[in-house]
Amino acid sequence: MTTLSSNKTITPGSVIYEDTIAPACHWSLRMRKGTILKLTDNEGGANVGMLFYNPENLLERYNAPDTLKCQHTFKLTKGNCLYSDMGRIFCSIVEDSVGWHETVCGNTTKDIVNRKWGEKTYQEFNNEWNQNGFNSFLVELAKYGLGKKDMAANLNLFSAVSVDDEGNLIYLENNSKVGDSVELRFEMDTLVLLHTCPHPLNTATEYPRKPVSYQIIQSADVTENDYCKNFRDENGRGFENNEIYHIGGCCHD
Amino acid sequence: MIKESQLVDDNAVFRKVVPAGDYFMEVVKKGQTVRILDLEGNQAADTLFYNANDPSERYSAVDTIREQGNVYLSAGTKLLSNENNVMLEIVADTCGRHDTLGGACATESNTVRYALGKKCMHACRDSWMLAIAENEQYGMGKRDITHNINFFMNVPVTQKGGLSFADGISAPGKYVELKAHMDVIVLLSNCPQLNNPCNAYHPTPVEVLIWN
Repeated sequence: MTTLSSNKTITPGSVIYEDTIAPACHWSLRMRKGTILKLTDNEGGANVGMLFYNPENLLERYNAPDTLKCQHTFKLTKGNCLYSDMGRIFCSIVEDSVGWHETVCGNTTKDIVNRKWGEKTYQEFNNEWNQNGFNSFLVELAKYGLGKKDMAANLNLFSAVSVDDEGNLIYLENNSKVGDSVELRFEMDTLVLLHTCPHPLNTATEYPRKPVSYQIIQSADVTENDYCKNFRDENGRGFENNEIYHIGGCCHD
Repeated sequence: MIKESQLVDDNAVFRKVVPAGDYFMEVVKKGQTVRILDLEGNQAADTLFYNANDPSERYSAVDTIREQGNVYLSAGTKLLSNENNVMLEIVADTCGRHDTLGGACATESNTVRYALGKKCMHACRDSWMLAIAENEQYGMGKRDITHNINFFMNVPVTQKGGLSFADGISAPGKYVELKAHMDVIVLLSNCPQLNNPCNAYHPTPVEVLIWN
């Protein structure tokens, strides 16, 4: 399944690498500025928990409140940018066939999984165990010297949660269909942590096991009339902050 | 939900006025009740809580929202930690709704929200940075500065996924009261924001009271 492109010339749109993350798994990777991470829900009903860090300064990390606040939105979709706590944009959502991704419900924990779907230990079930999102992030964080203190509010891509007039959460069923995808274009080098454990509010009676495939694609340059940059005035200023950050010394652009 | 307190001001064991732009960092013991009082109205008290015996356990907005199934905080809300333990419970609230989605202002986020030229204006996260620097006894650093509660702030969310910063629903004398279920460090920044119409561009003091 793993493919590293053998193309000699990489041009905008070239798929550089592609792979699949199996259900209930976790992984991390570094995305370079100017590349796109395209995630595809192979079977429908997937969830991808995701966190971002600046590999040059791990104290700079994805900040969900700043992201929602500065774009005056509760849902995330095409046009939205995903911000660090330092006023910079890790990545922009440049394409999205799903329409709504949420970032306020956190992860499953061991207790939540056991309560909702019952315990399935690794000893008994091996790769079919009921892994949880919290432990998945702990493992990936530890690989970079990070820990639970660093586990900020995460994205839950492919999953949507709305609210009623009183603020009660409404988990939106069937939010992501077979083949739905979302594309994140990275505006700075970014450490990406992800897991494919189910959303903590998923109502399925059986623990949902949903694989997610991903491609790393070379992006075209960001132009002045870029959709995400112009989606809100705030995003224009976010892009300016990224430009300032990259003054004087980035080796690869 | 509006719920008035039965506690009498004169019985408080601790009182302190916190001016806008200052921080408050003190331990509240298990069983004690802490009140945050909006003295002049529509002020935002950006607040974080930590387990005083292990600050790596701290208030978690996402766990609190998910487990209570609601994005707003009010009387009856149990504030959960990142380990899903109850840290405090809101036992009285005359404001009716508090925000935990909007985070705290920072010099950097001010550049995005308002203008790049606003980058050096005082902000809540700067107050927190000073607080952890001046209170080394807690052993805290930037990693400990996480997603907070904005007491008295009104951030309505719509069914279609909108989020706005509405005029405050607080007023002079409104308060929120929390009972501690464990020894907690309260880290409060009384918001110095001068760019937000929610406080009429005029941040004002809050008072913290504690009862045994």
